[in-house]
Amino acid sequence: MLDSTLNTGSTVALPKLELDALLADLRQNGFQTVGPRLQDESIVYREIEGLKDLPRGILSEQAPGSYRIIRTGKERYFDFIPAGQSWKQFLFPPRHTLFSATKDGTWQLKENDEPAPRYALVGVRACELAAIAVQDKVFMRPDFSDPIYRLRREGLFIIAVNCLDPDSTCFCTSMGTGPRLRSGFDLCLTELDDAFLVEIGSELGRSFLASRTYSLPSAFMQDAAARALTRAVESITRTLDTDGLPELLLNNLEAERWNDVGKRCLSCANCTQVCPTCFCWDATDAVDISGKNTRRERLWDSCFNPNYSYVFGGNTRPNIRSRYRQWLTHKLGTWVEQFGTSGCVGCGRCITWCPAKIDLTEEAAAIRREVAK
Amino acid sequence: MTVPLSMPNAGGGSAGYASKLLLPHWADIVKIIPEAEGVTTYHLRLTDPEVQARYRFQPGQFNMLYVPGYGEAAISMSSDLESNPGLVVHTIRHVGNVTKAISRMKVGDVVGLRGPFGTAWPLEQIRGKDVVIACGGIGLPPLRGALYHILRQRADYGKVTLLYGARTPKDLMYPDEYETWKQADIDVQVTVDRGDETWNGRIGVVPMWFYHFRVDPRKTAVLTCGPEIMMRFVIYEALARRIPTSQIFVSLERNMKCGQGACGHCQQGPFFICKDGPVFPFSAIESIFNVEEY
Repeated sequence: MLDSTLNTGSTVALPKLELDALLADLRQNGFQTVGPRLQDESIVYREIEGLKDLPRGILSEQAPGSYRIIRTGKERYFDFIPAGQSWKQFLFPPRHTLFSATKDGTWQLKENDEPAPRYALVGVRACELAAIAVQDKVFMRPDFSDPIYRLRREGLFIIAVNCLDPDSTCFCTSMGTGPRLRSGFDLCLTELDDAFLVEIGSELGRSFLASRTYSLPSAFMQDAAARALTRAVESITRTLDTDGLPELLLNNLEAERWNDVGKRCLSCANCTQVCPTCFCWDATDAVDISGKNTRRERLWDSCFNPNYSYVFGGNTRPNIRSRYRQWLTHKLGTWVEQFGTSGCVGCGRCITWCPAKIDLTEEAAAIRREVAK
Repeated sequence: MTVPLSMPNAGGGSAGYASKLLLPHWADIVKIIPEAEGVTTYHLRLTDPEVQARYRFQPGQFNMLYVPGYGEAAISMSSDLESNPGLVVHTIRHVGNVTKAISRMKVGDVVGLRGPFGTAWPLEQIRGKDVVIACGGIGLPPLRGALYHILRQRADYGKVTLLYGARTPKDLMYPDEYETWKQADIDVQVTVDRGDETWNGRIGVVPMWFYHFRVDPRKTAVLTCGPEIMMRFVIYEALARRIPTSQIFVSLERNMKCGQGACGHCQQGPFFICKDGPVFPFSAIESIFNVEEY
């Protein structure tokens, strides 16, 4: 076919049905294909086999504290905006056994040596890919590399998707992360009514695409995609003013607004669980009743959990105000000093899934206003 | 097990611990010394002699001690390698699940051990200086290794003062050693919050003892460890005597799960206390130390 012209960076038109064959090919090559599907009136990321599992003709309507599915009936698979779950769960499993210990006279340790699954992620948005890049910096530092994350990350195949219909909670344009994908993927789809435009991002991506039936995209298709991408950028209205933001927050740790948000926040930890970059974890022992068999597990934790900052004598952040302040000043402030990047990618999940409708863009703006006064 | 034990370095990082997350080495309890009400010293020896042979640490650093079924606790070493060769010495106050489980152990039992982690007291950097060691309660054990180092290299340091406070005379740790320290020309000042019928020493809080001696701010370093409220006032008194912020060293305590700056719990401002600390020059943490609940 057109194999001789297929290079990293080139774009082809792929009939939608060909995605099924592409995913089958990935599975035959040892990848577990995971992607979006509709479950319990929400989009979740689970194992998928092909188009039949994707949320066809589904939009979501998101607002602070609100998430609703809308059925459009259109032959489109990626019109929705991701829901509460992020890809974090595949690279940084919410619960993972590190080792087990058994007492038979003496204690014996047995490492969890299960091989890491090899995932092909289907439908990664620009903000989500940016979140993976943020977590790369967190989990794969020069002085400490998380073995669980690293093994999963190194084996990853990424099929990204350009967002064409951002929601009201999105603010990736403020964070410089989207909505358009630039790099970091193996393949990147832009969905049109009758085909995907596929951009090749890596040699591995090229090799999987090469065995599919594709054509050169027509000028009409390219124009339609370009117009859709421009519309997407223009449709994003929520903003976060990042100018001097770390300094603004860290120089105003006693701002009145922290007291105000502390009264509204329920400390439920939803924001940290849906956040694609939050990385805190706890380690606990799951022990049987004999006390002779125990499993040491790592699980997601949250700075909103009252036990999170427990030391003998009490919790160093007993008030919700202090926990919210920790979360926001870390996410938008000290993260930069720690990892050379903001901890926020502008996906808006923490806004949608906050039961108290707290919006971090508004909290940051309120502190800016308070200080300007 | 072939987990490489991390070596202390200037930055206190934990390079070389790239795999086997949280997997401990076993260590045998070889000696148990009751210290005070609810406080015990344990001499541990890593079960694998090869691991013990290459285990190195510096005073001020800590280990994560693991009891299967209970979990881990971050505990500072309370001696140094030279004073107890081939041993890892911890003085533990039994206040949580893990430390209470350790309190029920006997000689011959084993605990899991990971470490060493964190930064050390700057014993090289402060050579030639007068040293004020100001500590309270369970804050003395993390400084005892530093004290042992100074005792051995006594001529390398100027005037050395130990200000130590405990709640009651029964809570004082290592009372049998004070005489030895005094004989090595260390000015040992011990104080308690509340005396009892046996006590004819001083009553009062540690920071107040700054009023009882003179410091030369040009050549004095302060090492402090204890309740945060005590350290706040120690710092206040040190600054009032114009000791530079870079010469005041503070050991901070936060909840820790990993010791490697990975789990997030011990964050205070931009720092992961477990890897950037626990020992900081006050100049590094000045802007965050007094922020309530930060």
